[in-house]
Amino acid sequence: MVRLFKRSAEKQYRGMTRWGRFLRNLTMILPVIVLSLLIFTAIFADLLTPYPYDLTSLPERRMPPAWVEGGSTRHLLGTDTLGRDILSRAIYGARVSLSVSLLAIAITAVVGTILGIFSGYMGGRTDAFVMRVVDVALSFPPLLLAILIAVSLGPGFFTVVFALSALGWAGYARIIRGESLRVRNSDFVAQAVINGVPPWRIMLRHIFPNILNVLIIGITLNVGTFILAESAMSYLGIGIPPPMPSWGSMVADGRNDLDRAWWISTFPGILIGMVVMSGNFLGDWLRDKLDPRLRQL
Amino acid sequence: MSDILLQVEDLHTSFFTRAGEVKAVDGVSFYVREGETFGIVGESGCGKTVTGLSIIRLLPEPAGQIVGGRVILDGTNLLELSKKEMRKVRGRMISMILQDPMTSLNPVYTIGDQIAESVRLHQNLQDSMVEDEVISALRLLQIPAPEARVRDYPFQMSGGMRQRVVGAIAMSCYPRLLIADEPTTALDATIQAQYLALFKDIQKQTNVSIIFITHDFGVIANMCHRVAVMYAGKIVETAKTSELFKTPKHPYTTALINSVPRLDRKDERLYSIEGQPPSLMDLPPGCLFFPRCSEAKEICREQQPPEVEISDGHSVSCWRVS
Repeated sequence: MVRLFKRSAEKQYRGMTRWGRFLRNLTMILPVIVLSLLIFTAIFADLLTPYPYDLTSLPERRMPPAWVEGGSTRHLLGTDTLGRDILSRAIYGARVSLSVSLLAIAITAVVGTILGIFSGYMGGRTDAFVMRVVDVALSFPPLLLAILIAVSLGPGFFTVVFALSALGWAGYARIIRGESLRVRNSDFVAQAVINGVPPWRIMLRHIFPNILNVLIIGITLNVGTFILAESAMSYLGIGIPPPMPSWGSMVADGRNDLDRAWWISTFPGILIGMVVMSGNFLGDWLRDKLDPRLRQL
Repeated sequence: MSDILLQVEDLHTSFFTRAGEVKAVDGVSFYVREGETFGIVGESGCGKTVTGLSIIRLLPEPAGQIVGGRVILDGTNLLELSKKEMRKVRGRMISMILQDPMTSLNPVYTIGDQIAESVRLHQNLQDSMVEDEVISALRLLQIPAPEARVRDYPFQMSGGMRQRVVGAIAMSCYPRLLIADEPTTALDATIQAQYLALFKDIQKQTNVSIIFITHDFGVIANMCHRVAVMYAGKIVETAKTSELFKTPKHPYTTALINSVPRLDRKDERLYSIEGQPPSLMDLPPGCLFFPRCSEAKEICREQQPPEVEISDGHSVSCWRVS
């Protein structure tokens, strides 16, 4: 009896860890599938979409999705107030939303990393100055600045990228600066100085590779933030100008018709949610994988 | 003497803190000959590490600053060099080995790449030549199978091996002077003995001068030709190693030697020096060892003892002698 009990308990324990392991990896597998599918559709939008994104068809206005009463298979996800195909617009919207946020992430990550490493390595007054600028940037309301930039530069792709990047670098700079500070005080950096390695080389070769994991985690966690910020700008009408769709502006398009035509806002909204969640899941998973303190289990 | 490689004259190094100036090194003078091992011994906080860092000019700035003195290496005063010129001296002329082998290597590069970095910086060589240099540096430190080991990451090596790699990096450009700051503290006794023997070997092969900073008299006796004893930022006694052990003249030196545990004596308790070193923030006017000295006289309280050379190469700062 005792042995049997033991065995079954062991079996249960094993099963649970396998389930746990699967769950843990699921938070990596699912986001990767979702994100790569979306990037794929964004790249091949011209081939995949049934209709051009700006093709209006007034007789087919507010047509519900195919599976709803009154829907048609010609417009799988229905049409918006101007009779434009929502599926096509969502696919093109992926192109805009993803490219804007990826570009903004690249800019902020590069600027933030360079400033962060420089600030952390130099220390002293340089560090104090950079960090005060970061404080100012972080205390500024981002949406207000985005509106100011959009108003003064006029709407457009690069205006949105610039507006998103203008403050986004500060978060990176602060995190990277903290990490650089930790690395610069380690003995191997002292040893490099002893060997006569010049400062720029120490930053590039000794500090940068040792903060890379933090940077990667920061980037994945930021994907969601930037998608949301871009959507917010488009929703407010200061994003990419129409008729070019972005998920945020599509949600905005449907806000007056939520009671009659819920699908106009819902599908792009779901896409935004999926990308944000994918980014966050992937970031969490990477953090667990790359952080040696959490790797013990 | 012409074979003097390094001459430190009246070196003053201070740390400027919020509470005031801390005189970590206060008028230290010594010289190191070519191919000689010079020991600096003293208790924690006496300024031996700061002396080493001052020579290679790696004080944690802006708090730590060299206030005065000269550090003459092979005819040039290092304190007058620009930062860029100093970088060329580091690694090529002077090198330094730090205490902890576990953290002195960058975890993301193979040890071969790390040695190659300083080889490339200081010598203009082709890649195949760099490889040869790296392997010969590892061979100099007697690391077995260097051709295979160059592709290892630091985490794949034991502490003793890592400390040898650190040594190989330091020796990779055949510097004239090597500053070793307690390089054996983190190693266990057998590895320590091997490591010390290795350094004697390297010195024979390359004629490098070594400044050995330690608190371990065993290491001093084993390694050094001459020794300086430091106390509260000053050198209190300099002598040949054998002479220092045979006839220590300064009460502090005597006390230090007496506090080393010995197997051939069955003392009830280990000898220890009463009291604490003075605060480096406000130093008393007289001899700094006065409050702890068993042979203190009235003059010791009021005036600092001058440095007196009592025999060839043996000098002491103590009123008992002068």
